[in-house]
Amino acid sequence: MYQYDQYDHLIAKERIAQYRDQVRRRLCNELTEEEFLPLRLQNGLYMQRHAYMLRIAVPYGLLSSEQMRMFAYIARTYDRGYGHFTTRQNIQFNWIDLEQTPDILQHLASVEMHANQTSGNCIRNITSDEFAGVAVDEIIDPRPYAEILRQWSTFHPEFAYLPRKFKIAINGAVEDRAAIAVHDIGLTVVHDASGEVGFRVMVGGGMGRTPILGSVIREFLPWQHMMTYIEAIMRVYNQYGRRDNKYKARIKILLKAIGAEEFTRQVEQEWLDLKDSPSTLTVEELNRVAGYFTPHAYETLPAVDASLEAHKAENKAFTNWLKRNVKPHKVPGYAIVVLSLKKVGVAPGDATAEQIDFVADLADRYSFGQLRVTHEQNLVLADIKQSDLFAVWQEAKAHGLATPNIGLITDIICCPGGDFCSLANAKSIPIAQAIAERFDDLDYQHDIGEMELNISGCINACGHHHVGNIGVLGVDKDGSEWYQVSIGGAQGNESSVGKIIGPSFSATQMPEVVERIVQVYLRDRIEGERFIDTTRRLGIAPFKDAVYATPIKSESLHGEDAYA
Amino acid sequence: MPDAVTTPAATTPTVTAPTPNQMQKQIIKNKAVVGDDWTVLRLAEGESADGVAIPVGKVIVPLTVWQAQAAALQLRAAAGELGVWFASDERPEALTGEVAKFAVIAVDFPKFSDGRGYSIAYNLRARLGYTGELRAIGDVLRDQMFYMQRVGFDAFEPRADRNIHDALKGLSDFSEQYQTSWDQKSPLFRRVQRTGVAQ
Repeated sequence: MYQYDQYDHLIAKERIAQYRDQVRRRLCNELTEEEFLPLRLQNGLYMQRHAYMLRIAVPYGLLSSEQMRMFAYIARTYDRGYGHFTTRQNIQFNWIDLEQTPDILQHLASVEMHANQTSGNCIRNITSDEFAGVAVDEIIDPRPYAEILRQWSTFHPEFAYLPRKFKIAINGAVEDRAAIAVHDIGLTVVHDASGEVGFRVMVGGGMGRTPILGSVIREFLPWQHMMTYIEAIMRVYNQYGRRDNKYKARIKILLKAIGAEEFTRQVEQEWLDLKDSPSTLTVEELNRVAGYFTPHAYETLPAVDASLEAHKAENKAFTNWLKRNVKPHKVPGYAIVVLSLKKVGVAPGDATAEQIDFVADLADRYSFGQLRVTHEQNLVLADIKQSDLFAVWQEAKAHGLATPNIGLITDIICCPGGDFCSLANAKSIPIAQAIAERFDDLDYQHDIGEMELNISGCINACGHHHVGNIGVLGVDKDGSEWYQVSIGGAQGNESSVGKIIGPSFSATQMPEVVERIVQVYLRDRIEGERFIDTTRRLGIAPFKDAVYATPIKSESLHGEDAYA
Repeated sequence: MPDAVTTPAATTPTVTAPTPNQMQKQIIKNKAVVGDDWTVLRLAEGESADGVAIPVGKVIVPLTVWQAQAAALQLRAAAGELGVWFASDERPEALTGEVAKFAVIAVDFPKFSDGRGYSIAYNLRARLGYTGELRAIGDVLRDQMFYMQRVGFDAFEPRADRNIHDALKGLSDFSEQYQTSWDQKSPLFRRVQRTGVAQ
């Protein structure tokens, strides 16, 4: 993985000094809170319901075991012994003191990490495929490009006070695992007819109040022009994006307003001045960075491991885990392991300091000392020998990280919601937990099969509810918490935005609502059809009919108090 | 975050009585605190761009005033006594071919969080070829000045309620940068030998 050179270290060090002084000036009131706000946000620090939350960047989701251990250290020393992995492949800590944040950033810098631009109206952490470099269907490893963009966007002077936040994702595989269609810019690394490497450029996707899938504005951009072309997009957006209403300020609204064609024309015109300027990427720099992402020293192994086959025959629980949590690896004899952070009873994405240390250990012993964070809020050990899978499973299981539910109904994407977030209209974690409990039976989950259930506590959609096969959105009605349900959303190659089925529900009704939706699927599915396929074939009508057919018992307490 | 601020902060009067050596307005120019004899003209309620009287002396007028009164102002511009300022929603191309006429061009930041002025400044330098003094006015604060300097500003009128010598420190927050802008025409990867994987 990428390693800092003297310049990366220098810039990180100067940033911490700048931020430390800003915190000092805030504490002695030289800076007002309003003035300090964007400064702390661009260092990852939010004010939440109870305390400050610090969001640390995990560039394109890739971590070393040493960096992982630093998270455990921060969790123990500065927080309450746990951290929360996010849908943007980052980690956040919920109980942070402002005064201690400069020291935390200094600890992070010692392991080549930072919290730069993980919030604020700037270019955020670049996200990518959690299986980059090892996926069977990979065309081109996107990580060198993601790292080059990380550096380019870090402290870009012109684009630090954009109309709104700006998210870039890069995918380099056949299957889009980076949800590029719901990003401000979604890049796909591709070959053109002559075999040259470049990007298909998608702009204007996003979730929030107005969910929109991105539009392709260029089918092929040769790789050298990545930065100048993005600069052109950013400059058009910085000048013409709306600033009068934060809900209409994302680039997707500008694209909608002037049309993708006119937007493209403006970008292309802006780019004429920038094309072939010194910001054009060089072969030397690409090779330098790509040199950090070369394949590990894999052993030559048989494609199928005999001991693995034996364990499969004997152990159903292990087989279930293999089926859901282990993915094919491009190198024979290896596999990709997804460690589930979705154990029933635990907030989705949460990991204790002890678990974080343990995963770092596993990575050292079995996976070249590296791991990844997925945008579905799980962890990945990308390079496990098949002959080690049984041992890894047993160890992971002992630490509550082997729930065999990846891609199933209990692998819920969920934002922190009203328990932590000051923007939330409703709690989301207790809803996720109640649904997970309802579907706890593994055979039942496996029978239901592929299912993405996503929950957001407010319209900002951090829980990606729009692209959940079942999406749940917390809303506030007269001071109570209610939940609006949509179905038919999807991420990836066949992205779609879910449709709302009707009036919203109380918290305690939610498990039954999901149950009724699932029952329609089990009743009406045809052979081999996933839930999403059935919703596409039938539309929302039969689901709606079933959910609203008879009243759903609601506990006497509603919303705010339902899970108190 | 609310962005609606109708009164530009730069016009907020200071409450402390000025000492003699502070009598003259000061700005930051070329990384130093210097005296300044320019006046920024802002249209008051009811004043129009074509009707407003331009005070004597060195004046930085709104772009709309220049556009409305260009003929009458040509001589003052030729004498080096006229500047123009852009509001954040105005386009730098409005001065295409004319930028060399002005001793000063300023860009107003109605709110420090309004980032349009960065692109206006960059375009004035990079596209319109403006080489004279480019001044940031309005809600100009220390913590944004480093980035402002990078996109082409060489003069700053920090908000009047702040210590200008403190603000000056904001210009030296970083000694190195990854990407190009007006101040740095070559990205880090072209300028220096960066370390690759140790063999």
